[in-house]
Amino acid sequence: MVWVNAMIQGLLVGGLYALFACGLSLMFGVMKVVNLAHGDLAVVAGYIAIGIIFVTHVPVLWSFLIVVPVMAALGYALQRTLIQTALDRSVLTTLIVTFGLSVVVENGLLQFFSANTRGIGVGLSLVTASLNIGSQIQIAYLLVVIFAAAVVVLLGLQYFLSRSKYGRLIRAVADDREAAQLAGADYRHVFGIAAALAFGTVALGGVAYGMYSQLAPTTGTDTILLYAFAAVVIGGLGSLWGTLLGGVVLGVAQQIGAQINLSYEGLAGYLVFLAVLVIRPEGLTSRRAQS
Amino acid sequence: MSLVTDTTATRPVADFRVTRSQRNVVWTGAVALVVVIVLYRFPFIFYAGVTTIMVQAFIVLTLASMWNLLAGYAGLVSVGQQAFVGLGAYFVLILALHGISPFAALPVATIGCGVAALPLWWLVSRLRSGYFAIATWVLAATVMLIIERFSSIGGGTGMPLPGFTGANPAQLTADTYWAALAVTVAALVAIYLLLRSRLGLVLTAIRDDEVAARSSGARVGLARLLVFLVAGAGCGAAGAVLAISQLQVQPSAVFSVQWTAEMAFATIIGGLGTIEGPIIGTAVYMVLQQTLASYNAWYLIVLGLFAIVVALFARRGLWGLVDERLNLRLFPVGYWLRYSADPQQRSGPGWLSRLLPSRNR
Amino acid sequence: MTAPDGDRPGEGTPLLEVRDLVVHHGQLKALDVISFRVFPGEVYAIIGANGAGKSTLLRTIAGLHHPTSGSMLFEGNDITRLRPERRATAGIVMVPEGRRLFASLSVEENLQVGATYARPGPWTLDRVYELFDWMKGRRNQPAAQLSGGEQQTVALGRALVANPRVLLLDELSLGLAPVVVQRIYGMLPQVLETGLTVLLVEQDVSQAMRVASHIHCLLEGRTTLEGRPADVTAEQVEAAYFGLNGAASTTQPSEGSEA
Repeated sequence: MVWVNAMIQGLLVGGLYALFACGLSLMFGVMKVVNLAHGDLAVVAGYIAIGIIFVTHVPVLWSFLIVVPVMAALGYALQRTLIQTALDRSVLTTLIVTFGLSVVVENGLLQFFSANTRGIGVGLSLVTASLNIGSQIQIAYLLVVIFAAAVVVLLGLQYFLSRSKYGRLIRAVADDREAAQLAGADYRHVFGIAAALAFGTVALGGVAYGMYSQLAPTTGTDTILLYAFAAVVIGGLGSLWGTLLGGVVLGVAQQIGAQINLSYEGLAGYLVFLAVLVIRPEGLTSRRAQS
Repeated sequence: MSLVTDTTATRPVADFRVTRSQRNVVWTGAVALVVVIVLYRFPFIFYAGVTTIMVQAFIVLTLASMWNLLAGYAGLVSVGQQAFVGLGAYFVLILALHGISPFAALPVATIGCGVAALPLWWLVSRLRSGYFAIATWVLAATVMLIIERFSSIGGGTGMPLPGFTGANPAQLTADTYWAALAVTVAALVAIYLLLRSRLGLVLTAIRDDEVAARSSGARVGLARLLVFLVAGAGCGAAGAVLAISQLQVQPSAVFSVQWTAEMAFATIIGGLGTIEGPIIGTAVYMVLQQTLASYNAWYLIVLGLFAIVVALFARRGLWGLVDERLNLRLFPVGYWLRYSADPQQRSGPGWLSRLLPSRNR
Repeated sequence: MTAPDGDRPGEGTPLLEVRDLVVHHGQLKALDVISFRVFPGEVYAIIGANGAGKSTLLRTIAGLHHPTSGSMLFEGNDITRLRPERRATAGIVMVPEGRRLFASLSVEENLQVGATYARPGPWTLDRVYELFDWMKGRRNQPAAQLSGGEQQTVALGRALVANPRVLLLDELSLGLAPVVVQRIYGMLPQVLETGLTVLLVEQDVSQAMRVASHIHCLLEGRTTLEGRPADVTAEQVEAAYFGLNGAASTTQPSEGSEA
């Protein structure tokens, strides 16, 4: 039964990981950018939420309404200026610039907020409440809510990409940038929209993580970026739902590892990632091999 | 600067000769020897405070040179070199626990890390740029987590380096300094020789235009593998020196991604893809670090911002700015194309630093 | 295929004008001082062997390539500095070489993207479906699954729904069976009916001569012939195309025509 519990925990936390991963996957799929600062942005979003709640005392859910659009706007701005300029230079430059951004953000947070972890206080009832089945299965309501939110976000993204004008443009630009230009689309603007989506979703993930666990300046790279990347690779590049599958596999692997020995949690996840890298680098859902 | 000028295009091929740069090698070699001798004398001249700072500079210089080799010449942006720094440190620790002097362990650590790089390369070699970068990061995190499992070498908290009790502090500081100096000199010489060799030609071609390099038959994959091994060994050596200088090995310190940040930024600022770049970059890094030391994380913030600006607007770094003005090469690895009818005369408008199909340097 | 008479040198503003265009590919000079004018309603064909610079010329006009020197004017306005997407919305739309459909999108989605920034005009998705009768039934099919000829028509449709003033066609016949090519070119009259002007690049000289109102031959980046199909002989075209008889300089079409 403990194993069933582990599987359930892993499954649910996979939703959180999917929130982290979908933005990374989107940015890479559309503009071939691996944003090494991706995780740190989630942490920034979390800190902003903490700040807003601290100053205005609004309920936690309201902070989402402020943080997500703000981060999305920041994403658009950063893409049109910093990242686009780096892209115009070379892939190498983009990596260096996003890595530099990551270091600057992390150390900036460290400088101004100290290394202490912080959490986002949710109403006490939600954070501790759980559904207990038998004596060994404990399903935290918060985690279920996060998983549900992740599914909603993925559905929303899928709908946006398949039905809306900008969704089509994003897919078109990802397929063939020049042909899209010939059709009148300014690809820099389209990239900006994609970045806004990526920043917005990862911000959501960051605030959720702050509610579920604790945030520290280094959480962005320790946890979020690496887990997001693992989820993308395991699930398969280019697949939105693949990030959920990847997140779930990662989560389950971690929980199984934790059952064997509590300190194996992180390691188990990475080992599964490495295994996928060796056996099936294109991921579990991908039909095409990674070129 | 055009490769094919009217001159080269209209004269018969037989009239041209290819030579290595001769004069500069002698000059640079002489200057380098003097510099090394002066550096060697440091412990006799300066107090421990200075030599300790120099050790740190040597570590960063070695690391930066390795990162330059990886990213600037092989096109591999690794954000996981800290894995080798840590492994190098742990090699020393493990050998010290078995009674071997840390200084003797240094070469073993270097080779050991070079060997360890092989399976790691196999894991990530098929990945492209961005994914390669994060994968190396994940690898480094994995290596750290695995090492932390072993409490016999300190587990998650680390342990002090045995074998130094009762040692004369001044002698120890001096020995550490010389070890660091030796490692740095060896690293730079190795890189110089590597780039001057045929492999170096392949690497420079990759640096300039990978597609063209591949299509001209150059063994790109092999070149990359060798570079990864050399960089692994080099970072391992630096890690070994780190362990000796710190007299302890802590996983969170030796496996920190901060090492990659420092070596990457130093290289970028100094000039990616040039041998002189890491030297200048390390100097800038040390200056920043010393002046901002009391401000905690600020030096990294400034360093990072500086690197971003340089990457975007001065792609060849500070050395690139100098190089463009003065057309100077301290470490000449290039070739000259001479028109033999007039042995004193250069045939192009400037230096021709390689022959493989590629654009300007 | 005849074009309206008149509307030539001295008469009215050309729709598209290229002046002394010099274009490089790295160090290679692809186009060496090219000039010509295209007037409304014409079908202006650029012909020449492989590597003559034809596609480079079209890509430069579309804005995907920067000229080293020279200028381009559209409806009298200088567009030399204009970004490709701005040229498209101004009315210069290219059907690129090799079709270049959005592979992961369906047929209809490809057309929809083409229509995103469309100018007002007669061309709509429905009108395109009328023009190519097979398309409506398979409009939800992924574009990657279509045959070469079908893809070419979708690419053409994608450009048409933008309601361009000038349609740039880059090597329509490439990789397609002659029968298919003929059928596609056969649609041209219906396209022209709606007031479009066409500037096309074609390696198949006879095909080009059949549809064009004016031809312009390039050889190694230089103009070797320019004029109306009716005014030039087969020998002249051949000489201009292959560079025979030292025809590496602009020749004028002969007066009158030969039997």
